[in-house]
Amino acid sequence: MEHTMINLTLKIWRQKNADSAGQFETYPVKNISTEMSFLEMIDVLNEDLINEGKDPIAFDHDCREGICGACSMYINGRPHGPWHGNTTCQLHMRAYHDGDTIVIEPWRANSFPVIKDLMVDRSAFDRIIQAGGYVSVNTGNAVDANATPIEKDLADASFAAAACIGCGACVAACKNSSAMLFVAAKVSHLALLPQGAPERNTRVLDMVAQMDKEGFGSCTNTGACEAVCPKEISINNIARLNREYMLAGTKADK
Amino acid sequence: MALTGLFLISFLIVHAGINACIWANDGGVMFNKAAHFMGSTVVIRIMEVGLFLGIFLHIIQGYMLEFQNRSKRKKGYAVPIRNKGSKWYSRSMGLLGTILLLFFIIHWKNFWVPSRFTGVPGPEMELANGQHVHNLYALMQSTFQELWIVLVYIFACISLCWHLIHGFQSAFRTVGVSNARYLKMLKNIGIGYAIIISLAFAMMPLSMYLGWVK
Repeated sequence: MEHTMINLTLKIWRQKNADSAGQFETYPVKNISTEMSFLEMIDVLNEDLINEGKDPIAFDHDCREGICGACSMYINGRPHGPWHGNTTCQLHMRAYHDGDTIVIEPWRANSFPVIKDLMVDRSAFDRIIQAGGYVSVNTGNAVDANATPIEKDLADASFAAAACIGCGACVAACKNSSAMLFVAAKVSHLALLPQGAPERNTRVLDMVAQMDKEGFGSCTNTGACEAVCPKEISINNIARLNREYMLAGTKADK
Repeated sequence: MALTGLFLISFLIVHAGINACIWANDGGVMFNKAAHFMGSTVVIRIMEVGLFLGIFLHIIQGYMLEFQNRSKRKKGYAVPIRNKGSKWYSRSMGLLGTILLLFFIIHWKNFWVPSRFTGVPGPEMELANGQHVHNLYALMQSTFQELWIVLVYIFACISLCWHLIHGFQSAFRTVGVSNARYLKMLKNIGIGYAIIISLAFAMMPLSMYLGWVK
């Protein structure tokens, strides 16, 4: 692809801390290589801001290779920007043209309060995972890799659900701020496997209870979550979660 | 929502089926017979109570869900996500349902209240066996002479169509059908069902207004 330099206008949400009101601020950025990643472009802007003695833009990032789930950013009305099945860190500036204006907002949901600028507190997801509890496994010598036979289709479906990186784009995109796709991915990836079967019922009941406690909305199957998920987690997992939850409710005394 | 929704989906088939009797084009004999059966059979009348419970539960739950979900994002986005990944009708079930609720008020006032409580105006119809029944067919004919009522009914049927296209497949997801093949099939059945039911209902006032049935 041709390498060009572009100039852009960024409208970025600035918020000092969780309690302050926050507002959009406009920053022109010049000479941005189309080979840069979106986060590198913010890095360039932040260096300029630091050199000018201003407060750099706070944003979450870690691995920058699309597998950790740290980066967020709601870019021009879409979580993780315009590319399908992609994280913000893997979004490249070739997605934009010279002179474009890009509006960058944090995830918006009551359960994801803004910490600063584009950073939001996603610890609600951690507490949902914790509520899922433990998985019983045999200890002692390492079990042979193929000791538990698993059908290939099930293993693949489980792996596809386990690909969830917990970034929260599903919540950010959902009109109801529902975390069902996240919880469905986490429940599905164990529900499809023999491992963790002893805790199967309590796990789904506890995780859904924690999800509700965290104040996420209810799923109405609109499909916005699936469309923006960087790991392309299928919405069909939500239907599986619903079934797991109903069946568990008839079995477990919770 | 899903259970009451599926219950109401099954009711619509019965409702559309009975109303389709108008197309026998026999001056309303078959339709009035069917309407009389529905109105005079004890089991059906008991089921009618269940139907209204189902409708109101669906409405109350629907509004509770809508308002709860709306409260989960106090600070919204400057650039809305709109159609990036979801359909407008999937996101507008509350609005479509409200249109239907307003329509029901008109619809019940037009037909259900007269047939159950205040009485159907005009002389009763005498069937071949000598039985006298309410002439609900005549009431339909007179009601659907007003163009604005016909247009209101057609608008409601369009809303119903979109409501069902989302509601049908969503209900099955909610009750736990996760098989990708079945879900695809149910989605298509839902679209077919929504179009056929809505078209059938929309054709009824239209048939009366345009004089296709006498």
